Amino acid sequence: MAVVFEKTRGLTDAITHYCPGCGHGIVHRLVAESLVELDVLEKTVGVCPVGCSVMAYDYFNCDFIEAPHGRAPAVATGAKRVLGDKNIVFTYQGDGDLAAIGTAETVHSATRGENITIIFINNAIYGMTGGQMAPTTLPGQVTQTTPYGRDVKTAGYPVRVCEMLSTLDGVYYAERVTVDSVPHINAAKAAIKKAFQNQIDGKGFSIVEVVSNCPTNWGLSPAESMQWLRDNMLPYYPLGVYKDKDKEGTK
Amino acid sequence: MSQQYMMKGNEALAEAALRAGCRYFFGYPITPQTELSAYMSKRMPKIGGTFLQAESEIAAINMVLGASSVGARVMTSSSSPGISLKTEGISYIAGSDLPCLIVNVQRGGPGLGGIQPSQADYYQATKAPGHGDLHILVFAPASIQEIVDLTGRAFDKADHYRMPAMLLADGALGQMMEPISFPDESEEMKLPEKPWAATGTEGKRKPNIINSLYLNPNKLEDSVRARFERYETIRKNEVLYEEMMTEDADLVLVAYGITSRICKTAVKKARAEGIKLGLIRPVTLWPFPEEVISRTAEHVKAFLSVEMSMGQMVDDVRLAVNGKCPVRFFGRTGGVIPTPDEVFDAAKDVLASAGGDK
Amino acid sequence: MAKTTINADRCKGCGLCTTVCPKKILQLSKTVLNAKGYNPAEVIDMSSCIGCAMCAKTCPDCAITVEK
Repeated sequence: MAVVFEKTRGLTDAITHYCPGCGHGIVHRLVAESLVELDVLEKTVGVCPVGCSVMAYDYFNCDFIEAPHGRAPAVATGAKRVLGDKNIVFTYQGDGDLAAIGTAETVHSATRGENITIIFINNAIYGMTGGQMAPTTLPGQVTQTTPYGRDVKTAGYPVRVCEMLSTLDGVYYAERVTVDSVPHINAAKAAIKKAFQNQIDGKGFSIVEVVSNCPTNWGLSPAESMQWLRDNMLPYYPLGVYKDKDKEGTK
Repeated sequence: MSQQYMMKGNEALAEAALRAGCRYFFGYPITPQTELSAYMSKRMPKIGGTFLQAESEIAAINMVLGASSVGARVMTSSSSPGISLKTEGISYIAGSDLPCLIVNVQRGGPGLGGIQPSQADYYQATKAPGHGDLHILVFAPASIQEIVDLTGRAFDKADHYRMPAMLLADGALGQMMEPISFPDESEEMKLPEKPWAATGTEGKRKPNIINSLYLNPNKLEDSVRARFERYETIRKNEVLYEEMMTEDADLVLVAYGITSRICKTAVKKARAEGIKLGLIRPVTLWPFPEEVISRTAEHVKAFLSVEMSMGQMVDDVRLAVNGKCPVRFFGRTGGVIPTPDEVFDAAKDVLASAGGDK
Repeated sequence: MAKTTINADRCKGCGLCTTVCPKKILQLSKTVLNAKGYNPAEVIDMSSCIGCAMCAKTCPDCAITVEK
């Protein structure tokens, strides 16, 4: 018998601290597999955020830098400007990190067209601190800090990151994917791989937004959380390619 | 004799950094350090370096963090309000044991304050350059030549001890011009190896992790203690200061940076009138030259700390003197530069109140 | 002929694999507790396994190896 599937060597053997059923584990695997398949794991430098994936450096089998909250794109910019084409630099960030405290770093690394790859996990909540409102929390969604549901009159509207970044000339590629089903997981892998291939090819700023789940802080079982994601997240955050300069004609 | 140049402090600092092998500069414009960034933006592209104007001081210091993490000799510069924004990154850089150079061309504060020279960021630089238990090396040049000399030294010491170094200048030093010469360039410069840098494993080693997070409190304490052992070595070996006429002095002024030059004039004036003033000029503010002050306290009547602030370094002078004699303060703030006469008058007042022989 | 092996120590008992298995041959153990206190997933009818690896691809913990 041949091995059809086994854990990639792009991940360490450490058992993650993520809650049962958390999408972080799936996305970690997709990123690690992509780096191995593109044969760049050994020259990759990851930058991890503050939030649930703060300890991602324990799980990936490559060099890593732990950034201050929200600053991962700036840290990655500094690293990539030094390393240049010979290395791959990526950030792995959650919604609070990327779309709240680090909005400026995100937008400006994007508009500069930094040749980096950003993996962005959008699960509409702050996981690490115990379930507070995120910039991507849906209208009406109950969190610890929106106990009566997110009231857009006082707490504002969610940020749609791919839509926002796609307006910037510096962005080469922006796609939103999800991991609620195997077909979607396969599509997410293809997008992540493309985002890394773009960097290898020197094309510029690529971001993959992964709509993910948070069973613990949504108060649902893992299977229920995937259904909630389909019913509530995907209508607000439609999947698809928001920007791909490969497919644009010269203007 | 090496070639002499007439340069502004900000530009001399930038040129000295380039000659020290710095090829990465990340900054955000702020008065009165702007010429430094402008100089870098002109020169870096010509020598294969990187100048990047960041979206904020916060982003700039984190670009420094990223560049340092992968082994680069890297710097940023700013002025007081901008340094406040950088303190988050400075703490992470210190906590991750990364070297870098941070330049603070101080201006008056608090808040937006003003754009004139000041020394009101002494506390920030020496006591709390970021949250947590940490120190950074703080060098305080008093002339444009010293800016040049200390820039290379700051980079070298930062690399040696794997920690941030700060050049604490002020608006006067940044803006004024003086003749300078640069260190001998005949020797080929070799920057130190950095095997800890996160440059990709190349399949030859375990991953390098640049990190300041330790969820286990005992491990965090261990890491902080290890860092403080290094700080002890630095306190022993890296103190720099200048003494002027302290042997027979009745009153010793303590002043750093541009203020020390005003004090030198005051000392000369006093001596001409037969009044025995002396001066201790700290060149490193952290580590602070406490030993020489403690020793001098044995035979002087009093100290007078002279600063362009409401009195910050005076605390360290008092700690060093430890009650052996009175320590007084004279300062101007908000961008007002004290005159030699003001300092001299203040010194005479202190001597009058300090009284009898020692 | 296919074989699915679940590393019970890595499994957190989230059950996502049981929801995607086209042959419905996975369940969370009703008797076994692993070191972390989770009921790990188990294969109840290996002979029906087609080696599609749907379970492994959805597993957030890389606990599943599939051979065919």
